[in-house]
Amino acid sequence: MSTFLRFRGTDRYLTNEALEASVNSALALERPLLVRGEPGTGKTLLAEAIAEALPARLISWNVKSTTRAQDGLYVYDTVQRLYDSRFGDGDIRDIRRYIKLGPLGQAISAGERTVLLIDEIDKADLEFPNDLLHELDRMHFSITETGDEVTAKQRPTVIITSNNEKELPDAFLRRCVFHFIDFPDREFMKRVVAVHHPGLDDALVEQTLQAFFDLRNTRGLRKRPSTSELIDWIAVLKKAGMASVKLDQSLPFLGTLLKKEQDVAAYADRLAGGRKYRA
Amino acid sequence: MFIDFIYELRRNKVPVGMQEAVALARALGVGLHDSSLDGFYFVARSILVHRESHLDAFDVAFASHFRGVAADAKKIHAELLEWLRDPRERKELTDEERALLKALDLEEIERLLEERLRDQKERHDGGNRWIGTAGTSPFGRAGANPAGVRIGASSGGRSAIKTADARAYQGYRSDLTLDVRQIELALRKLRAFSREGAWDELDLEGTIDRTAQNGGELEVVTRPPRRPNTRVILLMDVGGSMDPYAKTMSQLFSAAKRSTHWKELRIYYFHNCTYGAVYPTEQFRDPVKITDLVADCGPHYKLVVVGDALMAPWELLGAPSYGETEKGAAGVAWLLYLREHFERSVWLNPEPPATWEGSTIETIGNIFPMFELTLDGLSEAIAELLRGTARR
Repeated sequence: MSTFLRFRGTDRYLTNEALEASVNSALALERPLLVRGEPGTGKTLLAEAIAEALPARLISWNVKSTTRAQDGLYVYDTVQRLYDSRFGDGDIRDIRRYIKLGPLGQAISAGERTVLLIDEIDKADLEFPNDLLHELDRMHFSITETGDEVTAKQRPTVIITSNNEKELPDAFLRRCVFHFIDFPDREFMKRVVAVHHPGLDDALVEQTLQAFFDLRNTRGLRKRPSTSELIDWIAVLKKAGMASVKLDQSLPFLGTLLKKEQDVAAYADRLAGGRKYRA
Repeated sequence: MFIDFIYELRRNKVPVGMQEAVALARALGVGLHDSSLDGFYFVARSILVHRESHLDAFDVAFASHFRGVAADAKKIHAELLEWLRDPRERKELTDEERALLKALDLEEIERLLEERLRDQKERHDGGNRWIGTAGTSPFGRAGANPAGVRIGASSGGRSAIKTADARAYQGYRSDLTLDVRQIELALRKLRAFSREGAWDELDLEGTIDRTAQNGGELEVVTRPPRRPNTRVILLMDVGGSMDPYAKTMSQLFSAAKRSTHWKELRIYYFHNCTYGAVYPTEQFRDPVKITDLVADCGPHYKLVVVGDALMAPWELLGAPSYGETEKGAAGVAWLLYLREHFERSVWLNPEPPATWEGSTIETIGNIFPMFELTLDGLSEAIAELLRGTARR
């Protein structure tokens, strides 16, 4: 309990004090870390960074609206067994051959240290987090078909991301260490850009950041551009050999920053000084 | 003083309990906060706060509590442990929390803390600047940079109090969210499923049956997947006497909107009484005639009307001609028409039931099964909506 690794970010992933405190609390308390924040603030990347820093194997579980908690543990492939019984392939008496472990099951049964990323947990059904409570607490599950009991030798580090589409249940929240990723301020963003595009011309960095933050502050945007869009945008600018950008009608590759038609229109409106103007 | 902070948080409506306090004690026990107020701020925040809407309340409580205070790491911790031990404080614990407390080895934590403090002392004497040279306390004073120097990480130059004072999370405050989820859960009961669509789900039992009947020759049976099959029409009274209930209405609205388990949800607005038309927007544009609505939606739709049902008697029994109402029919006739058409309908009323008697509420209450717009009332209303179809 007294010795554990301190997370300090990686070369590619920058952190601040608040994030480090949260990650280290989660590591020390062996509780899941729940990360929320705007899309594009690096929630998913955080899990990769932690896995890299520990180091540990990363297991990702991308939650969809149809995902059930049970799928995360294991799936009993009855159809395959049925077919095998018909065509005589393989040993159908061995049920274990037809038990496929899900991401959570893999993380628990792995003998080594793992980082389990449960991505976008709010996509699933309202009760999904509650169904996971027991397994996340105990890091233990049983396979009813075979009677096997699986217990984690080493508790996986669990990182959970949420986009806030749905509220999460209180019982679930109480068991997590919570971190809300702020949208980076200008200084921090400069460091982020420097990590992803090293050696970029200072003037261009300034201009792109200026344009980017101006754009973000445009009123009435449905989807405001985020960090990942800025990184993409700069990558495109670099490929095209642009040396300078200005926030005006001809902002190059606007499509990488604004993804909705209404937003492009709102942007045009603003440039026209509030007059109704459609480019 | 730390315990006061916990209570301060609770006063600020941040739900902090035993579980959080125990977790924080463990975290401080392993020295996660690096014995600085900055560190304590971040560690406490990540453990005590569970949703961004509480971040602002946490900042407020933290700033008001630790302003001008030279806190002592050991004191905070000792106090926390003492509080955890004191059985008088544990009256309101749930069984779960009790079990948790039992599992926590206080001695172990205490020992670790002692060890850690010793460790820190030594390092300090060795000139490692663990605690810092500026003062005897490892904590800084409010408003200024902490006297303690953090090791290993570069502090952004902001002290915890300043961070808290900045109240960066004010925008995320929403005292709504808790209730919306409760409403959402209540509305969930309204869902019903039916099988339709492509036949692409394996019917395991059917397959076994058919295979057995075939004498062991495999025959795979499929069926359509289960889909939600509830259709709901929500009619909301807005404006006028409904204004005081705008918040409750918006909670219900957002909960209904977010419910993904309905096949269809139609929301219309009206003012006072439905008369001949309802409106898809709050601006009362593009009226939808009640007759069209009824023609469009079969009796199997569940009708939920939300309104205070308070109006002047002539508004209900007469036929006012404002808006695009059809002449001739009284308000009450339209309500009866709706009630007759739909197999299941309810009226949710934000007015407390004590006031229902003797007003137009009573009249309308005789037409629609009326329930109070509270969580309990909502559950009763949903039970009514789910009752069998034979109503009359």
